[in-house]
Formats: sequence, structure tokens, C-alpha cells
Amino acid sequence: MPIDPALIGTRTPEHSVQAERGRLRFFARAIGQTDTVYTDLEAAKTAGHRDLPVPPTFLFCLDMDNPDRGRFLDDLGIDVRTILHGGQEFTYHAQAYAGDTLTFVTEVEDVYAKKGGALEFIVRDTHVTRDGEPIATLTGTLVVRDPKAAK
Amino acid sequence: MTTLSPGDFLLIEAPRITRSTLALYAGASGDHNPVHIDTDACAAVGIPDVFAHGMLSMAYLGRLLTDWVPQGRIRSYGVRFSAITPVNATPVCRGTVTRVEDGLAHLDLTVSLPDGTATLQGSAVVTATDWPTQ
Repeated sequence: MPIDPALIGTRTPEHSVQAERGRLRFFARAIGQTDTVYTDLEAAKTAGHRDLPVPPTFLFCLDMDNPDRGRFLDDLGIDVRTILHGGQEFTYHAQAYAGDTLTFVTEVEDVYAKKGGALEFIVRDTHVTRDGEPIATLTGTLVVRDPKAAK
Repeated sequence: MTTLSPGDFLLIEAPRITRSTLALYAGASGDHNPVHIDTDACAAVGIPDVFAHGMLSMAYLGRLLTDWVPQGRIRSYGVRFSAITPVNATPVCRGTVTRVEDGLAHLDLTVSLPDGTATLQGSAVVTATDWPTQ
């Protein structure tokens, strides 16, 4: 079923989440990060940081903590197993640290189809702020595979 | 201090992405999509096996960037996911400085598998020296 272009411009309700040291250390382990700036508070401070820095892609993960995040696809009737991540961009404005509470708000920028509707694309911008200060903008492209159209 | 010039190149090899790697990354990242961790859920929709999160490879490339320059020098970083990374793959991340302009270095980034398949293709803009241009 084609995705309604009226989706463009719609926003998901904002959510806020705190970046936690323990979670950052877990993430570092999961990606094989050995630079102690990302896991050891003293090493981080020696490098001039006030706490453990949030690594480049982890803002995407914090946005996953949105308690309502499954709703976007549910409302569109899309099975999470039929989606692929087509692309992801980050534009950085300021460094975020463990202990920071970050606010995320996401807006649909574009919707389009390829291969006669077998593939549909949803482009979304997520604006991340800390007490109103811009931290980063994330742009994500979601690819929805329509198993029926592919046949 | 690292000053970047056109032609500078960096490579890092990621460890083999095992099922354990995917379970750990699912937990740490919060991305619990079953296609990365649950073979039964994959089979139910005709996917032969679990495959790696694209964002795991993007995190490896992020490590390449922060191994190269302090994170505060990264202005932007983006990728396209061009192929699926199968479980047990060993991706290789490569970055090349293509040009330096107005104090900013433009990097081409790729992640590829040993058979040559490019799984991620991207770019980043970082300050060319430790002194911010702003």
C-alpha cells in the first residue's frame, strides 16, 4: 500500500532521554572501542571532556529509547521486518556528554517510491537539543520493501 | 595534533561480526529489530539468516574517524547502506581525505567485505587541524 505523501511535514511528539555512563561503556564494548576516552572518566577529563563523550553515532541509539518509537511504523501498518536502513547522516553542533538530558523531535522530510512501488522511502530529520541548545541533526532514510509488489 | 592533507588514508579492520556481536549491539544500541538477532523471526518472513545492523558498521567507521581526529573536529558524517552485512562477516573500514578547503577536510569513507562488496559508502567533513575554523 503506497505511503501517503501527506506524511511529509508530520512530527512525532518529542521525547527526552539521559545519556548514561554505563550505557556508553556498554556501547563502546559492543563496537570494539578501545579508546579509553569513551569508557574511563579520568581519561576523558585528561582529554578535556567534562564527562564521557557521546560517540558519533550514539545519538541515533538514544533516539531508539523513545518509549513510543514503534508507533510511527505501526500507524503506517508497516512490519519492522520489511524495512531497511537506506542511509544515515549526522550534522554536529555541540558535543553531548554522559549525564546530559537530550530532547529529540522528528519530522518527515520526504516520501517517495522506486521500482514501481516495490521500494518506498521515508526521509526523516531528527533535531537533538540540550536545554534548547542544538546538539545535532540526524537525517535517516528508511526503505520499506513491499513483498507483494516485488513478486 | 593531526593535520589532514589530501591523500591521507586510514584503515581499520573490524572484528568478525558474530551472533554474539549482534546480540551485544542490539542491547547497547537499543535496536531490537528481530532481523538482527532472531533466526526464527527471519525465517517467518523469508529472510535466510540474521544480518548485521547497518548502524554497527557506521559505528566502526565512527571509530575510524575518532581514531584519526578528536571527535570535536567532526562537523558532519553520513553514509548510504549499499549492501547487507551477513553474520560472520569481517568488514574493513577505509577513509581517504579527498580535499581540504577553508580549513575543512572532506573525507570519503567506505566499509567493504573481503569479497569486495561495499556495504557502506559515505563521507565526513572534519576540521583540517586542531584549531577550529569557527
